Amino acid sequence: MRRSLLLSAAVLAVGAIPVSANEALMEMMNDPGQWVIQTGDYANTRFSELDQITRENVGDLEVAWMFSTGVLRGHEGGPLVVGDMMYLTTPFPNTVYALDLANEGRIAWRYEPQQDPNVIAVMCCDTINRGVAYANDTIFLHQADTTLVALDAMTGEVKWSVKNGDAANGETNTATVMPVKDMVIVGISGGEYGVRGHVTAYDMATGEQRWRAYSTGPDEEMLVDPQATTVLGEPIGENSSIESWEGDQWQIGGGTTWGWYSYDPELDLIYYGTGNPGTWNPSQRPGDNKWSMTIMARDPDDGMAKWFYQKTPHDEWDYDGVNENILVDQEIDGQMRKLLVNFDRNGFAYTMDRETGELLVAEKYDPAVNWATEVVMDPESDQFGRPQVVADFSTRQQGEDTNTEGICPAALGTKDQQPAAFSPQTGLFYVPTNHVCMDYEPFRVSYTAGQPFVGATLSMYPAPDSHGGMGNFIAWDARTGEIKWSLPEQFSVWSGALATAGNVVFYGTLEGHLKAVDAETGEELYRFKTPSGIIGNVTTYEHDGKQYVAVLSGVGGWAGIGLAAGLTNPNEGLGAVGGYAALSDYTALGGQLTVFALPD
Amino acid sequence: MRIPFRPGAVLALLVLTASAGSAQEAAPSGDPNIAVASEENGRYFTADGIPTYNIAEDGTVDWLTYSGFRRYHAECHVCHGPDGEGSSYAPALKNSAVRMDYYDFYGVVAGGRQNVGAGHNSVMPAFGDNFNVMCYLDDIYVYLKARGTGDLPRGRPADREDKSDAIREAENACLGT
Repeated sequence: MRRSLLLSAAVLAVGAIPVSANEALMEMMNDPGQWVIQTGDYANTRFSELDQITRENVGDLEVAWMFSTGVLRGHEGGPLVVGDMMYLTTPFPNTVYALDLANEGRIAWRYEPQQDPNVIAVMCCDTINRGVAYANDTIFLHQADTTLVALDAMTGEVKWSVKNGDAANGETNTATVMPVKDMVIVGISGGEYGVRGHVTAYDMATGEQRWRAYSTGPDEEMLVDPQATTVLGEPIGENSSIESWEGDQWQIGGGTTWGWYSYDPELDLIYYGTGNPGTWNPSQRPGDNKWSMTIMARDPDDGMAKWFYQKTPHDEWDYDGVNENILVDQEIDGQMRKLLVNFDRNGFAYTMDRETGELLVAEKYDPAVNWATEVVMDPESDQFGRPQVVADFSTRQQGEDTNTEGICPAALGTKDQQPAAFSPQTGLFYVPTNHVCMDYEPFRVSYTAGQPFVGATLSMYPAPDSHGGMGNFIAWDARTGEIKWSLPEQFSVWSGALATAGNVVFYGTLEGHLKAVDAETGEELYRFKTPSGIIGNVTTYEHDGKQYVAVLSGVGGWAGIGLAAGLTNPNEGLGAVGGYAALSDYTALGGQLTVFALPD
Repeated sequence: MRIPFRPGAVLALLVLTASAGSAQEAAPSGDPNIAVASEENGRYFTADGIPTYNIAEDGTVDWLTYSGFRRYHAECHVCHGPDGEGSSYAPALKNSAVRMDYYDFYGVVAGGRQNVGAGHNSVMPAFGDNFNVMCYLDDIYVYLKARGTGDLPRGRPADREDKSDAIREAENACLGT
């Protein structure tokens, strides 16, 4: 009772805000001086109109100030800048800092949630948290233990909190949330624990649940209309998910939703992807395993699905389909199109019509990709929209207890969650990628609630017959599906990119470098080695009329696990051991924000 | 599942623990914690009855070591990194398996372990009710030991002994299949 009274008082006090929280947030997104959402804008372009820092002067960049987060493990995501305040989030224990930029970064408030440390143990792949979200004078934190908490943006006081999942069953969280209208849209992690993925909308003011849409199961629980919801232009039909699994396997079917979310206010649709199906052993789950590995477009008001597209039916390689969907308007064949561009883990970059779900382009964005020859683009074909799997690299066809060798990309994907950027000035996408291949041996596993449910042995190594490195940073034309340029990197590029109106593109490396390159040519213009490997996303903002660039260091995540000791290529014999770079030779743990600016 | 116990094991392991100051130090040949003293249906044991690996001169590994390679990379490597080498935050288990008492190793895997606070946020989960781990813990243990001494190089073992009927029966009994 007391809480609701306080809340209504707060709403009255800030009566000056525009009609909806959404409009206010969109106004702030349009102000390049602020960075109010992790993805830069609803379209996920990670592009900034700020142009003080240009390709001519970026070489003069200097460190302006730094801040230690006090937490050691992997730091993904990045800071938000709202007015004079910067908001930072750490990995577990998920401390939130509000730094007062008008007061030399003094800590205005901090919030440290109390969480059962046992949740750490059920987080696959490090204790990542990709940052808080902001709307309506409120900071939204989705903790590791799936508690969603709303904090007063000025004081850090808890407004409300709600539990989105159950860590005892392996449900955890790593993602940020997306505020839309008067709701926050929230996903779930736990794909390696047999979790059944879902997306949930909560009332922004009260935390009350509005709707929940599962990735698998009965139509009514997936919020799918058998006639109105479409797949490649055709009605999805009844029981589309249940019929694609054996028995009740859909209940531990995966399809978790831990990636980035985007929103088109004009079409009024939200977009996100679903992850891998439960267990990495495909022989244990025959069928297409719908709707894992799927791009979903939904109405934010009631969650009803507009269209789906499954990128990797019946996954055999752990190619989670959760990567960001970037919304841009570009001309294809002389016609302006409302596009959705997705760089999938499976190594294909998809260009789709985001209104209808029509597939326009599907091309490999790393030439090493070999598990499929192509995605069939002929609407008349019964294979329309499906990747054509190469039998030699099919872990299902090779079978259980067989080691299938030389699959590209590795389970890391050609790109994991590290988000790409888009510059409307060049019309190009800037994509941080992995250049890693693998051997994959599936075997039988049993399901225990809250325990890992994996069922495959993997060994990974740099893509053979290439430059020997494990990553590339590429520029991509989504209209044609072509790489414009590609910069080889020693390690996977696990940092989110930033493109700016100064024609500069920024990204971080696992060794810890912040790099700036020319948006047109890819020429390196600047590098600075921060204290730890970078898996965070680069952001920019303006304060007191000056442009800043900020990035979190703090090596970890899957990259920190797989690459810490270096990789070996089992196909090159024992002599190759130690032949590849070990990340531990370059960097160690430590969370820190580094902020750059031009000299006065 | 057979969990051998011989009183002499405790003393031998104490000696080893004291001498294993450097994690990189390979165990000397003839180390009683490593050397094979007996074989039983494809399983190898030290004089103290502790499971150990057996690698032939041509590199052929015993079944448990091979199976341990697979199970480790399914259940453990998502935190502890490939080949028992450790990750940015989790220790290199190839060293733990050599350094730790076999029974302590069992205890930590079954019961978990926490090191939280003062900058540390390390939590080892309890795998005690996870069949995919517990039914193969001897396998994982001998694999990691072989990695830790350096007798087994990184990567997939080149060749292996066949799975014995006794090992298959024990596996099925443990999994309840």
